[in-house]
Amino acid sequence: MVKAIDRKLIRDLFLMKSQVVTIGLVVACGIAAFVASLSTYDSLTWSQEGYYKEGRFANIFASLKVAPEGVIKRVTDIPGVAEAESRLVYDVTLDIPSITEPVVGRVISIPDGGQPFLNKLYLRKGRFIEPGRHNEVLVSESFATANGLKPGDRIVAILNGKREALHIVGVALSPEYIYVVAGGTPIPDDKHFGILWMNRSAVASAFNMVGAFNHLVLTVGPGFSAEPIIESLDNILEPYGGLGAYDRKEQLSNRLITQEIRQQRAMAITIPTIFLGVAAFLINVVIGRLVSTQREQIAVLKALGYKNSTIGIHYLKMAAFIVLAGSVLGLLVGIWLGDKMTELYSAFFRFPLKTYRLAPGLPLIAIGISVMAMISGVLNAVYHVLILPPAEAMRPPAPPSYRRTIIENLRVFNLLPLEFRMIVRNIARRPFRALLSSLGVALAVGILISGTFMYDAIDYMINSQFLTSEREDATIGFTQPVSYRARNEVEHIPGVLFAEKYRTVPVKMSAGHRSFRTAILGLPKNGELKRPLDQRLHPIPIPTEGILLTDRLGEFLGVQVGERITILALEGSRVTREVVVVSLVNDLLGLSAYMDLDALNRMMGEGDSVTSVAVRMERSFSDLFYVRVKELPKVATVNIRETFIRTFNETTAKYIVVFIGILTGFAAIIAIGIVYNNARIALSERIWELASLRVLGFTRREVSTLLLGELALELLLGIPIGFAIGYLFASASISLTDTELFRLPLIIEAKTYAYAAIAVLASGVISAMIVRNRIDHLDLVGVLKTRE
Amino acid sequence: MPSDNPSKVFIARGLTKIYRMGEVEVHALRGIDLEIFEGEFVVLLGPSGSGKSTLLNILGGLDAPTGGQAFYREHDLVKASEQELTRYRREHVGFVFQFYNLIPSLTVRENVALVTEISENPMSPDEALERVGLQDRLNHFPSQLSGGEQQRVAIARAIAKRPDELLCDEPTGALDYDTGKVVLDVIARINQELKTTTVVITHNAAIGGMADRVFRLANGRIDSVKRNVTKLTSGELRW
Repeated sequence: MVKAIDRKLIRDLFLMKSQVVTIGLVVACGIAAFVASLSTYDSLTWSQEGYYKEGRFANIFASLKVAPEGVIKRVTDIPGVAEAESRLVYDVTLDIPSITEPVVGRVISIPDGGQPFLNKLYLRKGRFIEPGRHNEVLVSESFATANGLKPGDRIVAILNGKREALHIVGVALSPEYIYVVAGGTPIPDDKHFGILWMNRSAVASAFNMVGAFNHLVLTVGPGFSAEPIIESLDNILEPYGGLGAYDRKEQLSNRLITQEIRQQRAMAITIPTIFLGVAAFLINVVIGRLVSTQREQIAVLKALGYKNSTIGIHYLKMAAFIVLAGSVLGLLVGIWLGDKMTELYSAFFRFPLKTYRLAPGLPLIAIGISVMAMISGVLNAVYHVLILPPAEAMRPPAPPSYRRTIIENLRVFNLLPLEFRMIVRNIARRPFRALLSSLGVALAVGILISGTFMYDAIDYMINSQFLTSEREDATIGFTQPVSYRARNEVEHIPGVLFAEKYRTVPVKMSAGHRSFRTAILGLPKNGELKRPLDQRLHPIPIPTEGILLTDRLGEFLGVQVGERITILALEGSRVTREVVVVSLVNDLLGLSAYMDLDALNRMMGEGDSVTSVAVRMERSFSDLFYVRVKELPKVATVNIRETFIRTFNETTAKYIVVFIGILTGFAAIIAIGIVYNNARIALSERIWELASLRVLGFTRREVSTLLLGELALELLLGIPIGFAIGYLFASASISLTDTELFRLPLIIEAKTYAYAAIAVLASGVISAMIVRNRIDHLDLVGVLKTRE
Repeated sequence: MPSDNPSKVFIARGLTKIYRMGEVEVHALRGIDLEIFEGEFVVLLGPSGSGKSTLLNILGGLDAPTGGQAFYREHDLVKASEQELTRYRREHVGFVFQFYNLIPSLTVRENVALVTEISENPMSPDEALERVGLQDRLNHFPSQLSGGEQQRVAIARAIAKRPDELLCDEPTGALDYDTGKVVLDVIARINQELKTTTVVITHNAAIGGMADRVFRLANGRIDSVKRNVTKLTSGELRW
């Protein structure tokens, strides 16, 4: 037998169904966003850790010119080294008939006919290489996918100057190349760069390296730290042209993926937490007001002898139904979305398996926050009725004190229409309530901005980075430093309008106890194409002496302008120099350093050498350009800006766009929920007054104007506050999304403010229409006879 | 009529009550002394603002006085805590309000069940509704009933717990002449059949004819007390 008071509960919920649904959706959105993003982050970390463990991902990496295999014994003798594996690594040019641009393959040797001991491969398709097969090759999955390669296909590689036809037998993944980037740019270009795994004996004979190696990976035993090992390793490898060993932390793929996941975490924490907070605030306010509209019924229950606790529980149950139904929906949607997003990211990151995991604490936190907000909202509202003697609570609230508001002292106020004066007095009489309503609207605007501004930020970043800072159409990279004359050769290629030369030197920078591996880019004086920019996007002139750092690199090393840093060149003569930091650059992509080209060459003690040439060219000549570039000696890479932008848009940007798109959808639902409930509750609070006015002869239009005018004023007040809140939310999420891959600038376009305002206004108009419809169908007698 | 040795149900001494309504101070009661006996039918008569509703609310444990004493049998209604007043209302008092105050989302039977479910020894909702002549309307919602019917539901709700006293605040105030008489008849019958002490407040002097005693209130004081030698039935009342 259902108790009468519980029947009341069920019927009331049914009567308020549109409000129940909208509030439930607000709860669901808050929880779904929170659960989806945090579980995605959690799952990615889990997948990464699992893959590293499974694939025996190395701890330390070292490349060198050449060393005899015997050296490996000395390496394994270093205390703390658990396992070490030598290998051969070469970047080679590939000839793929369907692609006009040069394509680079990184050839990595694996033990003949088997798996490497460290950085184990995961076979996606085909089979492993048979022992003794010199022309068999495994290719990385991203490269295979981008170029439509599959087992059975053939590709041509230039190995040590000789064209070799290679037979693809399998497609594989490696923990070392979860994020497949060549170095130089942090954005993957899967069409033009891929990994090729070949038998060690095949690579050794092609490069005359039998019994020798040029690369080394090793693991550190438990309880040992990497630093002393790296130091010993560098000492051992120095005579063999060692380029400096580095820790897993600085391994490019790992570094980028870790940052990407951290970025996901930042987004997962800030925006959804803001959403959940906003949802909680709304639950508190809206449910509180909903309960307040039942003031007389609460009083009757009390007069009939119901205990305060019973009445409190009654309304808690009502609210709990809404919040828990919303929570369950939010949880289901959140898990579904989290699973989908993990899948999306897993494909992007090239994890062999997608592992989705939901830490049980997450939904508990999210639902707990919502429930707490609900309980405090309900109890506060019920309490305010219960402290009144029932006799008083059953009467309508005492006539509120109307006072002449300050603006009424202005003469112009009295010239305004009566309706407008009533609206203003109503707001003035309950300023706190009006403020709360406006704050709700403002939060709705704010969360919409906090999501959509990312689009502006990405646009701005692409624009500033690729159109203002890096204005070349293509950059040609050489396998090793070449003479200045290379620039002239490139400039003579038909279609090239202008060419500029650069020198990149891989270095280890240190200041105090902090150090960082990066590259210094030597730029020519008065360069046109690559220009570091200051905070206001003005080009910074390259000083004749000293170095420019990106501001984040400066931060990382803890140095200010005017201080000195130590530079160890990781190639050629391996010189160590101290240079002065001349300026910090506002670079959105990468952690780079810039020097004057001549100064850099002087520091290296080398003549006039370059490692890359950037060009501006006529688009119609681009096919011919690629053909000619392929013929140039020692060309390693060609980065085409257009491809780069496209890749960026399709990869990193795409995931942000998807993620933000989902969040924006949630934000829109929350916004509608706020505005609609505001209007509905205002209607139930004022229905008696409005009916009375109708009886007195006010028209429907006039009565609607009174209520809707008030809502409109609250909306108009809320929107500008929302702009400010949106700005705050945006800067909060920016401060957390700062990685090496990119740093989102705090750019909010006028159109983003406009969209948020329009979305909220639109939900206001729709809510107004619903409320207007209700006012039009007011049962005047019915409303009036139920009240004194 | 009170029995030969009637026990006092209510005793009030020097009751005062001051309200703040918005920015105005209202002296609703300015010193009330009264005694009401078991099984008695009392009418509190007075114009609006005379303090009769305030007095009834204090007797019913719905409101607290500003000064003075009020007892229901051994219960001190002035010193009673919030919980004690709730228990007092639950166990002893049946209320009928001028505007019925039914729960709109509950049916007739469920509105009565709302009370029987929290009472010690109630009659069934159906029995209570039969006593007020609404046995055919059990599953209607308040919005489907006339004013008189709604008021009879309110009476059924009030008596279903078998209260010791039935307190009616202008029970006919919102009703037309004939409907009002039906409702008064129901109240008188309850008083007769269940021996429930009944207090009715009204500004309609004619209703006083039904009572054992009539208290006239004006300006927060009792002006006069009149004992009816013969009580009239509701059918005999004229106004």
